[in-house]
Amino acid sequence: MIPEIGHYALVLALLLAVAQSVMPLVGAARRDVAWMETGRMAAFAQLAAITVSFAALMQAHVVSDFSVLNVVNNSHSLKPMLYKVAGVWGNHEGSLLLWVFMLALFGAAVAGFGRNIPPTLKARVLGVQGLIGVGFLLFILVTSNPFARVYPAPIDGNDLNPLLQDPGLAFHPPFLYLGYVGFSVAFSFAVGALIEGRVDPAWGRWVRPWTLVAWSSLTMGIAMGSWWAYYELGWGGWWFWDPVENASLMPWLAGTALLHSAIVVEKRDALKTWTILLAILTFSLSLLGTFLVRSGVLTSVHAFAVDPQRGVAVLGLLILATGGGLLLFALRAHALKIGGLFSPLSREGALVLNNLLLSVSAAVVLIGTLMPLLLDAFGHKISVGAPYFNFITPFLTIPLVLVMALGPFMPWKRADLSGVLSRMWVVALLTFISVMLALWLAGVKPVMALVGIAMAAWAGFGAVWEVAERVKLFRVPLGESLSRAKGLPLGAWGTAVAHAGMGIAIAGMVGTTFWLAEDVRVMKLGDKASIAGYEVTLDKVEDLAVANYRTEMGSFMIRRDGKLVSTLTAERRWYPVAKMQTTEAAIHTTFYSDLYIVLGEENPGGGGWVVRLYHHPLVPWIWIGSLVMVLGGCLSLSDRRLRVGVPARRTAPVPAALQPAE
Amino acid sequence: MRAFTRSLRRRAGASVPLAYGAWAPGRQSPAYAASRFRPSAWIASTLLAAFLSLPALAVLPNEKLADPAMEARAREISKELRCLVCQNQSIDDSNADLARDLRVLVRERLVAGDSNEQVIAYVHDRYGDFVLLRPPVTGYTALLWGGPFVLLALAGFGTALYMRQRRRDVETMPAPTLTAEEEVRLAALLNDDKPGDGR
Repeated sequence: MIPEIGHYALVLALLLAVAQSVMPLVGAARRDVAWMETGRMAAFAQLAAITVSFAALMQAHVVSDFSVLNVVNNSHSLKPMLYKVAGVWGNHEGSLLLWVFMLALFGAAVAGFGRNIPPTLKARVLGVQGLIGVGFLLFILVTSNPFARVYPAPIDGNDLNPLLQDPGLAFHPPFLYLGYVGFSVAFSFAVGALIEGRVDPAWGRWVRPWTLVAWSSLTMGIAMGSWWAYYELGWGGWWFWDPVENASLMPWLAGTALLHSAIVVEKRDALKTWTILLAILTFSLSLLGTFLVRSGVLTSVHAFAVDPQRGVAVLGLLILATGGGLLLFALRAHALKIGGLFSPLSREGALVLNNLLLSVSAAVVLIGTLMPLLLDAFGHKISVGAPYFNFITPFLTIPLVLVMALGPFMPWKRADLSGVLSRMWVVALLTFISVMLALWLAGVKPVMALVGIAMAAWAGFGAVWEVAERVKLFRVPLGESLSRAKGLPLGAWGTAVAHAGMGIAIAGMVGTTFWLAEDVRVMKLGDKASIAGYEVTLDKVEDLAVANYRTEMGSFMIRRDGKLVSTLTAERRWYPVAKMQTTEAAIHTTFYSDLYIVLGEENPGGGGWVVRLYHHPLVPWIWIGSLVMVLGGCLSLSDRRLRVGVPARRTAPVPAALQPAE
Repeated sequence: MRAFTRSLRRRAGASVPLAYGAWAPGRQSPAYAASRFRPSAWIASTLLAAFLSLPALAVLPNEKLADPAMEARAREISKELRCLVCQNQSIDDSNADLARDLRVLVRERLVAGDSNEQVIAYVHDRYGDFVLLRPPVTGYTALLWGGPFVLLALAGFGTALYMRQRRRDVETMPAPTLTAEEEVRLAALLNDDKPGDGR
């Protein structure tokens, strides 16, 4: 009965989405307040309906209702509860339901919080959100019903892909989707503004918090995915230039560009046409990511549904949204007025350069990801892998990082480069010291590692020194600096923190890419191996049966200078129902590095096990840096000036939008 | 050989178990037996296995060359070569049988005295472009290799042009006109510093 209620609620949500798209759009065109108001109510009602539907599917998973096909295919009665819940979105149908749930959440948040947005613009934004909802709800109901029953109900289910049974991955999809779907609000604002025919600084200010929420979530989602790949896939890689990773990187790059160009719209009333275009493209890239992952064009752990029909449907949605948005852009963009003037050498100029480099980066990732598919159609089979991307990206990222640190030092309108550089001498000095330190610790080779460390230091110290400059640290008494720091807008703190986070993350990437130490050897019980100053002893290997898997568990004693620092276990797991094997690496983490041990097969030739040992210098900084970036995003979000149209009592306006708005 | 690799390449909707090589031998039999409820489950799981299974078993101790410098070169080369039966994995990362065979082949060529380029050319000749993770620079990859730089140049040129054009436009533009009501509204929005103004 409950699954049928869920299914019914989903149909209801579709009808409400139709109402949400038609009524306010017509109402805005006819300046009819009652019709426009209907859009708001429909947005709330749609959220309520989809919440019921989502809760129904979750109930089926939690109680292991094996009369529901989706539960049979993706769950097992012995599966731990966390993964019964996470399993709701660990499959094609459920993840799409999560997608529309988030869409409705954002729709309702716009309806609830956007009180200061002019009524016609708001009605149009809600209408466009409704249209996107109609497309995806239709897609779910026609091709991917999560509530389909199976008769007779089997005794037990087929279990969830064991690789997904991991705490890091349980919450990776919701964050990623929050990011993807969050950009739909920027898209709707762009389309709404095109219909209205005007964009002003206030528009920039309305669209920024939504973009910030989306960007922060996407950053978090990508970081979690990367972290999971690092510890779960078993050899400590954190980014593989896999098409599916690229699919999430493209909207991130475009979204980062959008975040920055919207600042120029808000502060200087310039770059309006470009920002509108970017908003359309960012969401299009989110949809493209959904298409690539969901269609089965690219097969990977993410492609739950290898079903061409569904792929065609998502492609149709992508073409409708992108094509419609771009058509409207072509027809209406000229109606947007030209805004403030600035010299190329200015904060605006730096942000333009940022946008240029980020957009080209997104395009490069797009080319590299789609080219094999494209050439395949012409009979050429090629592979585009890490060596290609690792060759191309430095041409874009090095200038990008250079400008990233410089930009915040530049004043608006017109800057004097020698003045800016003279204020940055401390940053240059600290960068030089960092490179010398790296040289002393690790040597001249590889040279790219030193370049990388220089970039990381330039970005990180640049961000810190920018704040120090603003509060006149060391130039006025400390107390005055402190009170200046308190007076600094949270938005400025957000920028500095996010930029510093990028610097930290770059340092981590450089460390593990260039200074990785590894060893593979056969170890018998009691054998010792040494790597990067650690002495590793294989203590014992046990066979155990746990929950829904069996495991071979190796215990390692880690000593440093003769002292025991840790005892670690590395596992090889076998999931009999899913018929899959996974590895659980043993990781000893310090702030500066990870010692990473993987237990392999039993040595076929004789006794012992194949053991892989890795030392990853600075690797934790990748995720520390990512978290710092997310923190920067949250700080910016809580800036008062972004709280337009939010009740004053709320302390954190847009994070509050993450809860159901009713 | 090309036909062989082509047949291996077919991924979505494939009807043959492409990826069995990715399963470590001597372990429980992989997902050949189709599950009762998901006819496509075994395809999915074998493909998944191809992409993600047990990379931990990549280079094995008995494959290593005695000469550390040559072993390091072998690793470098291995990172450039694709495991043909895997999803976007280099032979350095993969434990598939085919990847192992290629790793051994690479080491044999090195021991025979080939340079890095010669080894890669040797493998390229036998397996085609698909084996190279760094695609060759040829006619049909022109867009791939040239595209980023052309795009960067075009974007830079376009931006420069836009800045000049806009400078001219702004100089000749009449002052913006807002209605009085809009001015008030805008002012209220831009001066949103006092608590309670936000509504």
